[in-house]
Amino acid sequence: MAIGDDTVFELARRLRFQWEEAQAAYVLLYPEGMVKLGQSAGEILKRVNGSSPVSEIIGDLERTFPGADLRQDVTDFLEHAREKGWINARQP
Amino acid sequence: MPGSPDPPLWLLAELTYRCPLHCVFCYNPVDYTAYGAELATDEWIRVLREGRSLGATQLGFSGGEPLVRDDLEVLVAEARRLGYYSNLITSGIGLNERRIAAFKDGGLDHIQLSFQDSTRELNDFLSSTRTFDLKRRVAKLIKQYDYPMVLNVVLHRHNIDHVQQILDLALELEAEYVELANTQYYGWAYLNRDQLLPSREQLERAEAVVARFRERAGNAMKIYFVVPDYHETRPKACMNGWGAVFLCLTADGLALPCHEARMLPGLEFPNVRDRDLRWIWYDSPAFNGYRGDEWMKEPCRSCPEKVKDYGGCRCQAYMLTGDAANADPVCDKSPYHARVTQAVERAEQVRPAVGTKPVLFFRDDKNSRALSGASPREPVA
Repeated sequence: MAIGDDTVFELARRLRFQWEEAQAAYVLLYPEGMVKLGQSAGEILKRVNGSSPVSEIIGDLERTFPGADLRQDVTDFLEHAREKGWINARQP
Repeated sequence: MPGSPDPPLWLLAELTYRCPLHCVFCYNPVDYTAYGAELATDEWIRVLREGRSLGATQLGFSGGEPLVRDDLEVLVAEARRLGYYSNLITSGIGLNERRIAAFKDGGLDHIQLSFQDSTRELNDFLSSTRTFDLKRRVAKLIKQYDYPMVLNVVLHRHNIDHVQQILDLALELEAEYVELANTQYYGWAYLNRDQLLPSREQLERAEAVVARFRERAGNAMKIYFVVPDYHETRPKACMNGWGAVFLCLTADGLALPCHEARMLPGLEFPNVRDRDLRWIWYDSPAFNGYRGDEWMKEPCRSCPEKVKDYGGCRCQAYMLTGDAANADPVCDKSPYHARVTQAVERAEQVRPAVGTKPVLFFRDDKNSRALSGASPREPVA
């Protein structure tokens, strides 16, 4: 399924997403492991909340980081995150 | 010491050495009955805080059997407040609905449940208990409370031929992960090594079963196969390096860079009752003892693979060669490698006659007292 403006993602059930002071980064925690996220990945996942559609996430990021066209970057990362099993598209 | 080490990521809290099981392959020290009092609740809480402020994220509650501690609910809740991702590593004995509900409320993240075998007979024989049916009930409870479940089975000669049935059992119990952990020969397992080492043929059959299962079952269940290093020619990258990511805290408060390090001579392992974790991790002589590669001897020192395996396991080097700074003799570049291959060959010779039970040391207090003071080392020629 292609990612559309109205697609709503939620974090996978087994994962925890949190800020790590010692790493100065957002991380994903899961049984026996951790993924340290780059800055943009962290900023995108922070906005994945099970209720905001993709268009809202892009809009919010473009307001926070003005001057950038982020649509492609955001959808590319969400696609990647879905392949990794970090996020799921919510059934409407 | 080149540079400053990274912070620890993994904290393992071995809350107690007490255990209702008596497994023959237990990695706990044989002389566990000789150690001092367990850390109290408030001491654990202080140490968990120190670990979190250092940057540790993964926390394992282990033992012995951690459920023996009646303050586990308190520690679980504190771990969640601090932001750890926490794992209960248990035999399941003592896990009832009241306790698992409290763990869920407190924020425990996942549970690793051990089985000794897929059959009642062998599970109960190897643990010297009648626990098989109880463990099955506990597995149901874990799923009922919507926990991700890691099913852990330690493999050795007596159960490795049941890998297919073990995987079927794991599927039936809806485990998300299965850890097929070939026995690592420390502690009680080392004592019973001749009776536990599988043959190469057994191992190859098991590996083929796992490969077929992975093809068939796909991603439904993830299988970790912990390699049996005695059958290898290169050592494991033990703990991803000494003092690199892993920090083990024993029931009596010692801080160790691995589960087994307290056996090593010449290093004084700090106790969390005397020192804070920051000093222990960054500054203690023990944690700096085998960091980096300055300490290495040949063949490790000039070996290009040292960045990959860090020379293997210091404890295994000590146990099998008498010097912890030697290469882990699993490596076939080690002049002591024959001690590993001979152990495998010797184990082939000592199979008990049909119809007789093997001679095994069960992990219990009586055996521990009787065996305390015995060296964990082979007599070095």
